[in-house]
Amino acid sequence: MPARIRPTSPHAMIYRWEIGNTLSIVHRLTGAALAVGLLALSYWFVCLAGGPETYASAARLFKSPVGLLLLLGWTFAFLYHLLNGVRHLFWDAGKGFERRERHASGWAVVVGAIALTVCVAAWVWPHLS
Amino acid sequence: MSLRSPLGRVLGLGSAREGTAHWWGQRVTAVALLPLTLWFLVSLLTLPGLDYETVRTWLSVPVTGFLAVLLVAVLTYHSYLGTMVIVEDYVTSSGMKVFTLLLLRFLYVLAGGAAIFAILRVAFGFSRL
Repeated sequence: MPARIRPTSPHAMIYRWEIGNTLSIVHRLTGAALAVGLLALSYWFVCLAGGPETYASAARLFKSPVGLLLLLGWTFAFLYHLLNGVRHLFWDAGKGFERRERHASGWAVVVGAIALTVCVAAWVWPHLS
Repeated sequence: MSLRSPLGRVLGLGSAREGTAHWWGQRVTAVALLPLTLWFLVSLLTLPGLDYETVRTWLSVPVTGFLAVLLVAVLTYHSYLGTMVIVEDYVTSSGMKVFTLLLLRFLYVLAGGAAIFAILRVAFGFSRL
């Protein structure tokens, strides 16, 4: 079969950006971030098994400004990935494909993820002393 | 260059019969992770503290250790399936692709295995030895 140059899609330069494709990209980005978070979780468990000293050193890392920022980021990534994942599961079941439904569920995911992240942060904040 | 047509080359080979395995595995683990991750997050947030003794005692409870092992196992597999797709999408050279996928597989088994072993050590009370 002769190789023909076929149009590629989505063509990033002429693609009309919408909430749908943006959320899809963010889903993949948060997934990649959570993969790194899994390494951190594994590290935390290993340090816990290592005893009080290793656990304390891990806790110091997680409580550092960079560590807290990472934890905040992973919290958002997790909640977003969770909510948007449920959205994907509904699509897999064949539901929610109408334009209005897609937009409404998309915005619900964004607002929900941000709101829940704020809730978690507000819950944790008083304990950070 | 083969003189056989592309159709002739694939006829009779049959399908690998695992076309949907990856997709389905991703969904099944996603559903399993809904309760597991939420349980983990809520448990950590509602613990009286995250100091060594509190966390160790919490993880020593049989149900907690069991669920934590399940969480890490399913999470590792789900994350592996996800990052696999990212690599397949963006790493274009086939040699580099195979190498990266192998590296990922080793890394995931290592991180997941280490976390599970650590949880078991705590659960069975070997964390201080």
